[in-house]
Amino acid sequence: MKLYCLSGHPTLPCNVLKFKSTTVMLDCGLDMTSTLNFLPLPLVQSPRLSNLPGWSLKDGNAFLDKELKECSGHVFVDSVPEFCLPETELIDLSTVDVILISNYHCMMALPYITEHTGFTGTVYATEPTVQIGRLLMEELVNFIERVPKAQSASLWKNKDIQRLLPSPLKDAVEVSTWRRCYTMQEVNSALSKIQLVGYSQKIELFGAVQVTPLSSGYALGSSNWIIQSHYEKVSYVSGSSLLTTHPQPMDQASLKNSDVLILTGLTQIPTANPDGMVGEFCSNLALTVRNGGNVLVPCYPSGVIYDLLECLYQYIDSAGLSSIPFYFISPVANSSLEFSQIFAEWLCHNKQTKVYLPEPPFPHAELIQTNKLKHYPSIHGDFSNDFRQPCVVFTGHPSLRFGDVVHFMELWGKSSLNTVIFTEPDFSYLEALAPYQPLAMKCIYCPIDTRLNFIQVSKLLKEVQPLHVVCPEQYTQPPPAQSHRMDLMIDCQPPAMSYRRAEVLALPFKRRYEKIEIMPELADSLVPMEIKPGVSLATVSAVLHTKDNKHVLQPPPRPAQPTGGKKRKRASDDIPDCKVLKPLLSGSIPVDQFVQTLEKHGFSDIKVEDTAKGHIVLLQEAETLIQIEEDSTHIICDNDEMLRVRLRDLVLKFLQKF
Amino acid sequence: MLFGEVGPLGGAAWTAPAVRSGWIQGLRTLAQHPSALRFLAACGAVDTIFSLQGDSSLFVASAAGQLLVHILDLAMRGPARGRCSPQACDWPACAQKIVCHIEDSLCSIATPQVTQALNVLTTVFGHCRGLWTQGLWVRLSPLVARLLEKDPVPASHSLVDLLLSVARSSVPSSDRGLWETLAQTLSHLSPTQAGPLALGILKLQDCPQALRTQAFGILLQPLACVLEAAAQAPGPPGLLGGAAGDPMTADTLLCSKSACVGLLCCALTHLGLLQPLPQRPSPWPQAPLLGAAVTVLRLCSGSVAPTSDVGGRLCAILVGCGRVQRAALDFLGALSQGAGPQESVTQVFSVLLEYLMSPESSSMVLKKAFQATLRWLLSSPKTPGCCDLDPRTQLFLRELLPVLQKRLCSPCWEVRDSGLEFLTQMTRHCGGQAGFRQALLASEVPELTKQLLQDPESYVRASAVTATGQLSSWALLAAPASPERPGAQQKSLLVELLHVLCADSEGFPRRAVMQVFTEWLRDGHADVAEDPERFVARVLQAASRDPDWEVRAQGLELALVFLGQLLGPRGSHCPCAVALPETAPPGTLAQALPEAAPPGTLAQALQVLCRVQLFEFAFRALFDCDRPVAQKSCDLLLFLRAKAAPCGSPQEAGDSPNVASVEATLQRWQAGEQGQPLGYLEPGAVMAVLRSIDLEGLRDTLAESSDHVEKSPQSLLQDMLAAVGVLGENEADCY
Repeated sequence: MKLYCLSGHPTLPCNVLKFKSTTVMLDCGLDMTSTLNFLPLPLVQSPRLSNLPGWSLKDGNAFLDKELKECSGHVFVDSVPEFCLPETELIDLSTVDVILISNYHCMMALPYITEHTGFTGTVYATEPTVQIGRLLMEELVNFIERVPKAQSASLWKNKDIQRLLPSPLKDAVEVSTWRRCYTMQEVNSALSKIQLVGYSQKIELFGAVQVTPLSSGYALGSSNWIIQSHYEKVSYVSGSSLLTTHPQPMDQASLKNSDVLILTGLTQIPTANPDGMVGEFCSNLALTVRNGGNVLVPCYPSGVIYDLLECLYQYIDSAGLSSIPFYFISPVANSSLEFSQIFAEWLCHNKQTKVYLPEPPFPHAELIQTNKLKHYPSIHGDFSNDFRQPCVVFTGHPSLRFGDVVHFMELWGKSSLNTVIFTEPDFSYLEALAPYQPLAMKCIYCPIDTRLNFIQVSKLLKEVQPLHVVCPEQYTQPPPAQSHRMDLMIDCQPPAMSYRRAEVLALPFKRRYEKIEIMPELADSLVPMEIKPGVSLATVSAVLHTKDNKHVLQPPPRPAQPTGGKKRKRASDDIPDCKVLKPLLSGSIPVDQFVQTLEKHGFSDIKVEDTAKGHIVLLQEAETLIQIEEDSTHIICDNDEMLRVRLRDLVLKFLQKF
Repeated sequence: MLFGEVGPLGGAAWTAPAVRSGWIQGLRTLAQHPSALRFLAACGAVDTIFSLQGDSSLFVASAAGQLLVHILDLAMRGPARGRCSPQACDWPACAQKIVCHIEDSLCSIATPQVTQALNVLTTVFGHCRGLWTQGLWVRLSPLVARLLEKDPVPASHSLVDLLLSVARSSVPSSDRGLWETLAQTLSHLSPTQAGPLALGILKLQDCPQALRTQAFGILLQPLACVLEAAAQAPGPPGLLGGAAGDPMTADTLLCSKSACVGLLCCALTHLGLLQPLPQRPSPWPQAPLLGAAVTVLRLCSGSVAPTSDVGGRLCAILVGCGRVQRAALDFLGALSQGAGPQESVTQVFSVLLEYLMSPESSSMVLKKAFQATLRWLLSSPKTPGCCDLDPRTQLFLRELLPVLQKRLCSPCWEVRDSGLEFLTQMTRHCGGQAGFRQALLASEVPELTKQLLQDPESYVRASAVTATGQLSSWALLAAPASPERPGAQQKSLLVELLHVLCADSEGFPRRAVMQVFTEWLRDGHADVAEDPERFVARVLQAASRDPDWEVRAQGLELALVFLGQLLGPRGSHCPCAVALPETAPPGTLAQALPEAAPPGTLAQALQVLCRVQLFEFAFRALFDCDRPVAQKSCDLLLFLRAKAAPCGSPQEAGDSPNVASVEATLQRWQAGEQGQPLGYLEPGAVMAVLRSIDLEGLRDTLAESSDHVEKSPQSLLQDMLAAVGVLGENEADCY
């Protein structure tokens, strides 16, 4: 059993598990932090961004000034943003049989894999994962395609040139593999390869293994996966949450008794408690709006935004914010808000019960009805007519490199009355803000990450007790910035095995058994004999038939009737000769009794020697040795067949036959 | 046998705990005279009491123990009995029996029995003052000491209670060996068990210094271990004068999270309780204790990076632990009473700010952090020569107010509430200090506070009422017109609070309004002083209709303040003698009286009281269904009558035609028909009515406890009659 690790990002995993002749890809995450090295794509012409000076080397050489621009001491690539793909060289991805998706954030690299690697398999995911994943991809493609960029920078990627660049460009890894965003056509083609599954549904893969999605409690339709054969069980835990938010709670019980538990997607901010962060979010939002400022919340179009809107729904009246408009701007805003209301079966119990009242499960429906929350596909069109300040705007992309958020950063960045509140934990807010410096608006960092923290992981591992834990290397040591926090790492026995990008891990676990079925007619013919209480044995002669990784014992074909020699048998019709079987022997020979028996039968001068494996009975007079061991008995005599047969029969008296 | 041939144990009713409890109470009432002892001994009641010590009902078990103590005390309290010999051959048989039972229990291997014996002895030494207790201790102390030899020590909590009870009694004066036992116990018990004993020892008035040092060491050990573990480098001698921490304490701290948290919380709480006591150890290690409290708080927030292995483990155990955070903040608050080196105080303020700012602080932790901050701010030194805050505190305030502002916007109501409470207290104490006023007025805190009057949570509205009331008293609420409505007239706070009083659906905000109004009236708030008569009339009118008895009671409190201002404070005999304009603070009601000069003052005052309908309010309250309201009203009317009596004359009452109708109305009110209004009252009629009501009698009735009727002999008789039911002929027998 091997694990090929194609991604170094612990919360955007992409691993391939080879298990019992199947090749299973676990998630398909796309690391978008690479886009932080690029200049933002403004929706409206930005004189500031277009007039940034080109970057030149220390010696004044300015050959890169078209590709690289300088802003407040940082250097950015002036090109269409590119993404860092999972490793494609470590394993031939055309051999991947299936891809299992755990949540909509972890499928963003899917088009790159399914469309460009010769992949011919099937992708499994739950319905909300597919639908919301589609929205995320659609938004991403839309954000990038609607701001076409004439140039594509590639000179800087040359290894010799990259060495000369300032950090962080100098330290960017695998830049040659960075790719531009996929197209909607590729997205549609990739999504067409997905087969929908429901929680606890058992899916057979070639008869060799069975995969089952379980609720992971993190997002709508998010799953952990069980990959098991008859005697082995691998659990894949990715992006799980034990907090009570909108999705169905996590199914922990089914993870019990795993041989291997692959653990990824823990919280990216282990020191921040989501409740405290939501409090900070609300307080800062209220303070800004009360002072007449605007609030910008860079976010994804699905996920935490539902919880934030719910929280604000309860909060705005008490904070005197009822008259403040909330805007949600995304090409998929409408679909996201509506989808969330229709996936009732994937929601937590409280929200499910609302559906029967009938009420919409999420209160943002009421916010929309009362005109407190308005949504628009982009800043163009209706929004510009309705726009009223002070207001709160939720919009993407959280990297601040593309999407409508770029416009609001340019619009509001100059006033200290305004605030940008970062709630998504995927990007460093300082790096995200770098191309907007100098910035007067206030910045609040309230990352809300509901995924498991280390205390919860420790409890989970105690509860489910896997034999081995495998996790990204980042989880096996405290975060570099807090090296004293020994509580911020996985602590389990035996210690977790760690992996990093482009590493192949041999999982410490050997397969020992295989299940074989016996055909009923063959089973009927067996005559078990009890060799000791509770244990019966029967010999079986059969043909082992293996197909689709299933093994079946079938009755042997009857011996061919003599055909008078007229019909010649073909070689392929040969069947194994079924000789008359000798009885099988079992039991042990008590040496003392055996010696007495020998004496009774006239043998004398018997000596017994103990050896490491058993005994040697020496018949000196007859010059014969009887070697008795645990699983064999040898009679060694000098060409005296009569004697050998006599002795053999005496030995057989002590053994059972069947 | 007691009560019948088969005795109480045979009856089916005995299975009810209330019956067993009643039986014990009955015996207790019976056992008032030494001769009762013979009866109890003869009927075997003492054995039953022994068995009841282990009763499944804790009330019964506890009462049985107390009854044993009572019987023992009664037996030993002979007229000429002095100190008894330990051999006690001359002890009364009954006492002998009880003491033997205690001895047997102390030697028992069953912990519950030992606990029972120790609890009985604790009560004996806590309540019995006779010299015989000294003899008892001499006799039993070897058995008690033997308990210490066992591992683990059985019933350690009860043992600690007993030893402290003995130490507080008269025994130590006669038996110096007690101190040795205490020292032994301190060293035998685990650090967690020894904490309460150490605290008790340090609270004793008179105790050997060596023992006190040992006890103080035990309380300091956990904090010393923390300091040692978190130290970056060997620093100056810490809590224990440079001695290394006790390995046993360190083991307890590191063995499990619950043990660590328990021990640290106990140590912090015990030291916090010790701090304000006059008999606290001296020298008191203020600076290391401050350092320890700050270190514990930093370990809990994860902001300290210990280099040692032990420190790292402690950090992993404590990080995010709310219980320790709360205990440490309480302790830090207690330490504000002592001075500390400048550096430590700076650290204290910085850790408090860290906690107040942190989004990770839970609402309870924040509350404690606010409380500790308040204590430190109030204890911070004033600038020499003026009564203003020192520059360091002012700097801290400037950092604190934005945090408070954010907390007042928190979605968690508990946090908003704690923030408002802090603001109220801060304003109450520092409202007059220029530095505070300047910082507060420059912030948005006053405006936010006012907005919280509309908070959806009633507790927060109540706190906002108190806070705005306090801010207004110090003229700190004069915020400029809001930016959204420039030029709009700000609604007066008085009107807003009156609206809360009349319209708020919850009791807490209305109670808070009444308290604020009472305070405003007492202190002569400018808004009230404009027209106090109208103010009082409006408030009393609203309070009289309030369904909440506390609001009505507070209305009477306000009426009392008003009376005091009109007629002079309690204690002075006649308002005629009080020179109101001179003594009253500026802006109070006294100025509003047009002619406040004798001899017409009383008449005028009564006129005012009639106009504000204070009497209708007070008379209604007199028959209020809630006893505290009626009591308060009774006191108020008695005060009024006492004030007015020497000045008024019987003929003043005149033959006012409406006295009779007033009395008739009051009688109807008393009967529960409160619908009818009293109408306008003449001062003369009021005085006449006041004189005619038996206020003293009413006061005595109201002073009775609410179950006095149930406990009266008459009630017992009624119960008995009810029990015999239809057998009417027995009625005569009962009489």
